[in-house]
Amino acid sequence: MSTYAQKKGFGATVWDYLTTVDHKKIAVLYLIAGGFFFVVGGLEAMFIRIQLAVPNSDFVSAGMYNQILTMHGTTMIFLAAMPLLFGFMNAIMPLQIGARDVAFPFINALGFWLFFFGGVFLNLSWFLGGAPDAGWTSYASLSLASEGHGIDFYLLGLQISGAGTLMGGINFLVTIINMRAPGMTYMRMPLFTWTTFVASALILFAFPPLTVGIFLLMFDRLFGSNFFVTAAGGNTIIWEHLFWIFGHPEVYILVLPAFGIFSEIIPVFSRKRLFGYSSMVFATVLIGFLGFMVWAHHMFTVGLGPIANAIFAVATMAIAVPTGIKIFNWLFTMWGGSIKFTTPMYYAVAFIPSFLMGGVTGVMLASAAADYQYHDTYFVVAHFHYVIVGGVVFAILAGTAFYWPKMFGTMLNETLGKITFWLFFIGFHLTFFIQHFLGLWGMPRRIFTFLEGQGLETGNFVSTVGAFFMAAATVVLVINIIITTVKNEKVGNDPWGDGRTLEWAIPSPPPFYNFKQLPLVRGLDPLWIEKMEGKKGMTPAEPLGDIHMPNASFIPFVISFGLFVAAFGAMYRLDYGWGLPVLIIGLLITFGSMFLRSVKDDHGFHIHKEELIDEDDKGVKA
Amino acid sequence: MENNQTNTGNATVDIAYRRKKNAEEMRHQVITFTLMIFLTIIAFVAVGAGMSGWFTVPFILLLAAVQVVFQLYYFMHMSHKGHEAPALFLYSGLLVGLITVLAFVTIVWW
Repeated sequence: MSTYAQKKGFGATVWDYLTTVDHKKIAVLYLIAGGFFFVVGGLEAMFIRIQLAVPNSDFVSAGMYNQILTMHGTTMIFLAAMPLLFGFMNAIMPLQIGARDVAFPFINALGFWLFFFGGVFLNLSWFLGGAPDAGWTSYASLSLASEGHGIDFYLLGLQISGAGTLMGGINFLVTIINMRAPGMTYMRMPLFTWTTFVASALILFAFPPLTVGIFLLMFDRLFGSNFFVTAAGGNTIIWEHLFWIFGHPEVYILVLPAFGIFSEIIPVFSRKRLFGYSSMVFATVLIGFLGFMVWAHHMFTVGLGPIANAIFAVATMAIAVPTGIKIFNWLFTMWGGSIKFTTPMYYAVAFIPSFLMGGVTGVMLASAAADYQYHDTYFVVAHFHYVIVGGVVFAILAGTAFYWPKMFGTMLNETLGKITFWLFFIGFHLTFFIQHFLGLWGMPRRIFTFLEGQGLETGNFVSTVGAFFMAAATVVLVINIIITTVKNEKVGNDPWGDGRTLEWAIPSPPPFYNFKQLPLVRGLDPLWIEKMEGKKGMTPAEPLGDIHMPNASFIPFVISFGLFVAAFGAMYRLDYGWGLPVLIIGLLITFGSMFLRSVKDDHGFHIHKEELIDEDDKGVKA
Repeated sequence: MENNQTNTGNATVDIAYRRKKNAEEMRHQVITFTLMIFLTIIAFVAVGAGMSGWFTVPFILLLAAVQVVFQLYYFMHMSHKGHEAPALFLYSGLLVGLITVLAFVTIVWW
């Protein structure tokens, strides 16, 4: 099996990616698909801001505005932010723990393709009679009244991509529990691995409520049940609860890996170990734990009563404590460090105050009594964009610059990277800071236009100008990626020069088996320890031997495609005669390929010792 | 799992000790199995005796909980070494589930 070194044609490369089970290639797929949906969601955001730039605008109609707004939120959360983070988790986490792949490479591929087909299905709604229009929260009384198939696209699309995410989360958990290199104890794991672990646990517990909620709503819409139909004895509030039992942990599923990325970047460019490592781990776990006890703070105005509101308000405020621990630890890591201001470090430094502002407004919103004023105003919009853009998107951009050389073997241009940073940073604050005040001045969320003389013109115009800055930043980033890819100047193992963790001990990009010999981990920041003792790389923990690798497979793609077909059938079952057969055919494709996978033994293949020696001209270490 | 590895080639493995452990475990499983059948019979009796639903329903749920614990610890070996992570996740899931149920019972339905 020494085919991996050969040059391949375009078709062969495509086939390679369609069938791959390699975590690094799946990571690239996640980045491409997530990046595409990020651009789509970004365009939707631009349309929103253009519509709101001037009063009485007729750039889009009210109904179209609802669709754009819904799809912006849904796309950005489910199809952009999470997949992009999954991309980094896939690319980096196995390297950080010294593993050759994730625990279930096949399921990893299946998870990606489910997400991808779910996302494509959701976005096809634009061309097939209109997108969902009940907001990304899709509250039941509104979404049940929505005409056309928009909401059905939302339900079926998210059901499919949610299954993929759940699989990915479980896969990461098993990988981290079982596949750590010798010496890599839990308390020696890099912070990005820790946050991946906790975020995956949150996925494991948070996605089932979403699945249940979506199923109930799907039955209500497609099969005539009455779970949320108040007139028939249902209870519409239950959807809100189910959605937010998922929805609030979802926020931490997004932001914890972002914290992890910054916890990697800050020590590297401060040339100091992370301050308070154990308290960082503790804070991560505590945030994950508390994340499940606070969902009703999204529902203060529903009328849960003062006792419930008070309990959830206090629990919410408690989350500020572990988050504060993290903020101070990052500051103390930089304190007295020999800081290098690279592009990733720019984002890390800018992230701390930006995210902190989102956190402060979070505590404001957490006080239930005051929330009656803020609820459903632009103040809330400003708050969650400060935490998600200032936290998660900054982390994704920082991670792109930081891990690009590890993933693709070439460095993104630093000057263009810094231009992207400044455009994005200025644009971000310009867009969202003023929205706090727009909210306090009385501008409600989710309105498609406003009138002249309400005092909202200037604020909205400023906000729109900021959005164009962020769009320009994204364009510069894309140009940077193209230039870098064309130039393709190769870099070594540790291009930043101060890598501390295992991923910087192996070539960039890593060989497909990652580690020729599993490394021996002797403490936190294992590569840094070896460097401080004057060694070039890691000490191997095992003699050179055959490596067992999984075979590529096209089945994950087919399983996901079957569900994609079945979703169309389920949706059009009542409208057209072909609906039911298509539903059955789709499910047959899915279950048939699952059956094939079960009966066909696939033992993978071995890379033999001799091939591993050949590859290394300088000979191989003991 | 670790009780059945006699082909380790490891000289320190004490086969006599392993045998004793296995026998002990078998005894526990038989006892638990008997208890579980007994609990099931009690559950049926509780329904058959025609007592108030306010007693029977919580009582059966309690018996069910006990059976789940038996199942997990005596048949699925959760008490053995190496099962800490599954135990942690089971209990975390239980906690999340119970909080949800508690919230629904207290602030949605009553």
